[in-house]
Amino acid sequence: MFLINCPYCGERDQQEFKAGGEAHIERPKQPTELSDDEWAEYLFMRKNIKGVQFERWNHAHGCRKWFNMVRDTSNDEIKAIYKMGEKPPAQ
Amino acid sequence: MTKNLRVKSSEYIDETNRISFKFNGKTYHGFKGDTLASALLANDVHLVGRSFKYHRPRGIMTSGSEEPNAIIQINPCTNRTEPNVRATEVEIYEGLEASSQNCWPSVEFDIGGINNFLSPFFPAGFYYKTFMWPASFWEKYEFFIRHSAGLGKSPTSSDPDIYDHRNVHCDVLVVGAGISGILAAKNAAKNNFRTLLVDEKNELGGSTIYENNEFNKIDNKTPSEWLKKEIEELKGIKNLEIKTRTSVAAYHQYNYLLARENLTDHLEAKYKTNKIRQRLLKIRAKKVILATGALERPLIFNNNDRPGIMLSSAIKKYSEFYGVACGNKNVFFTNNDSAYESALSLYNKGINVEAIIDIREQSESKIVKKIKETGIKIYWSHSIVDTAGYKRLNSVSIMKLSNDGTSVTGSKISISCDCLGVAGGWSPAVHLYTQSGSKLKFDEEKKVFLPNQNTSEQISVGSCGGDFKIDEIIKNLNHKLKDNLNIKETNLDNIKVETDQENSKRNIWLLPSDKPLGKTKPFVDYQNDATAKDIKLALREGFRSIEHVKRYTTTGMGTDQGKLGNMHALGIIADTAGVKMGELGTTTFRPPYTPLTFGTIVGRNVGKFFDIFRRTPMNDWHVENKAEFENVGQWKRAWYYPINGETMHQAVQRESKAARESAGILDASTLGKIDIQGSDASEFLNRVYTNAWSKLAIGKCRYGLMLNEDGMVYDDGVTTRLGENHYIMTTTTGGAANVLGKLEDYLQTEWPELDVYLTSVTDHYATASLCGPNSKKILKKIISDLDLSDENFPHMSFKEANIGSIQCRIMRISFTGEHSYEINVQASYGKDLWKKCMEAGQEFNITPYGTETMHLLRAEKGFIIVGQDTDGTMTPIDLQMDWIVSKKKYDFIGKRSLYRSDTMREDRKQLVGLLTDDPNIVLEEGAQIVSELNQSPVEMLGHVTSSYFSPNLNKSIALAVVRGGKDMMGKKLFVPMENKNINVTVANPVFYDQTNERLNAQL
Repeated sequence: MFLINCPYCGERDQQEFKAGGEAHIERPKQPTELSDDEWAEYLFMRKNIKGVQFERWNHAHGCRKWFNMVRDTSNDEIKAIYKMGEKPPAQ
Repeated sequence: MTKNLRVKSSEYIDETNRISFKFNGKTYHGFKGDTLASALLANDVHLVGRSFKYHRPRGIMTSGSEEPNAIIQINPCTNRTEPNVRATEVEIYEGLEASSQNCWPSVEFDIGGINNFLSPFFPAGFYYKTFMWPASFWEKYEFFIRHSAGLGKSPTSSDPDIYDHRNVHCDVLVVGAGISGILAAKNAAKNNFRTLLVDEKNELGGSTIYENNEFNKIDNKTPSEWLKKEIEELKGIKNLEIKTRTSVAAYHQYNYLLARENLTDHLEAKYKTNKIRQRLLKIRAKKVILATGALERPLIFNNNDRPGIMLSSAIKKYSEFYGVACGNKNVFFTNNDSAYESALSLYNKGINVEAIIDIREQSESKIVKKIKETGIKIYWSHSIVDTAGYKRLNSVSIMKLSNDGTSVTGSKISISCDCLGVAGGWSPAVHLYTQSGSKLKFDEEKKVFLPNQNTSEQISVGSCGGDFKIDEIIKNLNHKLKDNLNIKETNLDNIKVETDQENSKRNIWLLPSDKPLGKTKPFVDYQNDATAKDIKLALREGFRSIEHVKRYTTTGMGTDQGKLGNMHALGIIADTAGVKMGELGTTTFRPPYTPLTFGTIVGRNVGKFFDIFRRTPMNDWHVENKAEFENVGQWKRAWYYPINGETMHQAVQRESKAARESAGILDASTLGKIDIQGSDASEFLNRVYTNAWSKLAIGKCRYGLMLNEDGMVYDDGVTTRLGENHYIMTTTTGGAANVLGKLEDYLQTEWPELDVYLTSVTDHYATASLCGPNSKKILKKIISDLDLSDENFPHMSFKEANIGSIQCRIMRISFTGEHSYEINVQASYGKDLWKKCMEAGQEFNITPYGTETMHLLRAEKGFIIVGQDTDGTMTPIDLQMDWIVSKKKYDFIGKRSLYRSDTMREDRKQLVGLLTDDPNIVLEEGAQIVSELNQSPVEMLGHVTSSYFSPNLNKSIALAVVRGGKDMMGKKLFVPMENKNINVTVANPVFYDQTNERLNAQL
């Protein structure tokens, strides 16, 4: 059970949070101009890395804010947490 | 009859407090302070159980939670019965009853014992190999296997006890209150760390508290005396909380630990009532100090499992702590000095020690010399090759061990004895350490796994960290505490430790016998009856991974989780396969460290609290009026209202007719309601719904369909424009929370520039839906000053009004196709509103209807229910709802996906109506639809999604999804059922009032 440092509320138990998949996948601004393959790339393709992964998390049972997390999936070490819209930390 | 083996009064046993208890139906006596194991041993009872596979007689082996054999059923045939309890952990109380498991008819005479003689036919993987053929027989085999397997009996009535969960936060958690744990906790607390010290036993002090070895001194006192003083000083230290009878079950990441606190298990039944039995502590610790000690290893030799064969350290604890002699003629078998300490303890109490058999060539430590002086016979370089005695050990046979330790030579000597203490060295209890994700390394010299790489703020101190000698323990503990807690001085700086402990040890994982291995039974896992032979067989059959060998042989898979024999299993594998133990690795130690009861795991979440449920403000009325309820998400919704013993079908037919012929009323409070405000609210709705919203006038309502980004229908509902920048959205009952979550996600992550605020108001409003041709008249009676004409208040519009002083929002919208109104009031007025409607509607025979009638009425109109007629693979086009998809809007969620090659396929499953050729046959929802009956295999075209008998049309109707259904209007299809094929015809899904005249109908 992780201890997650919500950037708005501070350290909270993992059960207050919801995981939201890979981070930094921006919704295309002009979807209609994309080919089927390009749209499929956005829609379906997600990484599942053993190692450092960038993820979206939501403080669903707290402030309900979304934020980003850098997590090493091999040992669940949370390496960084930053707000939506902020640049990811350098590797 | 019963013998008394109490040897000397112990300060931990209250001999003035005599307790009687029953074991296997016979009454025994013990004293306050005894465990079930110590009390049985005091009565000379060793045989307490039968082993799992061979049903061999087994006795008490240990004095702690690692016990593999003495697992018993507590209070059988009562509602407090519990199987698989370790007798070594049960504190006795007046009236306790316990019985052996896995034996029939009794532990003394067990029919299953025949398996022992058939054992050559039960090798490792016996079940896998034997019950493979013929495959179809598995069900029959399984019946018998299940009957003969399993330990203990689960209770048959509900648990009378209360269980609790508690969140605990601390700076330092110390696990284990032996000497290391006590000193760690004391120093942490004194340095202002909020400290929690837990121990699974009821007394503090671990094994040091009865350590009276004259060769070990701390500040010139025996370790026992010195530690008692330290424990005394713990009282009154601020910041220190101590919990005994508390066993840490799991150590998860981020220093999150689960511990079970036992509160009433040691009490008489009359004191258990209405108290919390066990509490699960959910601990978040900034730092964890593991002081879990070490477990003594047995030795693996032929027939090493007879009742009377115990761990040497357990014999010492029973004599020193409980004042119980485990036997009258004791023999020890060892590979290190530990057994000498136990022997000396017995000797000092006048208990007879016959001999010590040591596989080492010699030892020169003081304690060995002392034993030599006592005249106890020591056999150096000898090993036990066999033991005798079926229900109780009566002798051991020993032979000289060869120099390389692989064989025995010379003549056999038989030594008569009734108790054998084995000492195979010590394994640090690293179970919790590895659960935390931390990594071990193998110390080739000490032959133990030691903590190596920590993943969180933690240290392992004392013997669980690899320090076995008292001087090393104190020195390294001091050093680790200063380092980890960042403190300058401790009370350990100036203490003087004297010791003569030696680490000398001769490690042989599998001791040889004069018989070939195949003819011996050297048990490695006592509980699961896995022998060294089984492990070697697994290796011969090609298993290499330790995890595979474990599963194949079941070594380490009992309730004791291999606490005793795992190291030997690894050692035997390494020796046989010719690899180093460090390279072999270990099996995974999984939580819980000791078993938890289900009660502890679920805590208060039982019965009504198992899952929360939600009730509408009108719920009491529904209950009073005998409604049947159905669960919709977490809501309890009125399903139908049977009158005079009506069946569900009869009630629904009556309700449905009444709603169309006069008036019906539905509690629609459960619909999700989201208040949407902000200057970009209209733009936001444009992006989340498929249709256009900008031009919706204030005071008007519109139905919207929401898609996922993949183009599939996600939710639907009516949204009303309350003001220029203010909307109220309704969602499906089950989808409310997810819709809010999805909208927030898009607002926060994709469109943060939009000025929109979302608030869930589902619980704030109660909604009564009034429908039918008399609905207007009823509403008029409640609200006289509102102009209800179709011109002023047309379908799909909204008015604010007052019922007396109660403000309400009224939407003229319809999910039944009838003239209808949804009246929303503040939740607390919901029941009043409902009663007013019922009162006003009485003269029109207003009929309350539930969700089943609602489903029927909407199906007559061909309205979909998201989640029933859709399943996450239906686009609006598939639903034949092209009309709601805006062609003009540049973008909305899911739009691009509607033009993917897959979503544009003509042969997708599409929503159609189905009519049965025989109008009285009602199709089953979920039934498959085919066009050809004689095909093989039959091509499944789709399935029925909704099906009812319509009382208003007097025929059966159904909605279905059918491949290419859009172009099948009028086509004959079949619904094949078990006993018959039902002929159906594809029809328009709108069965009733296709021209929507009823929306304005009134009587």
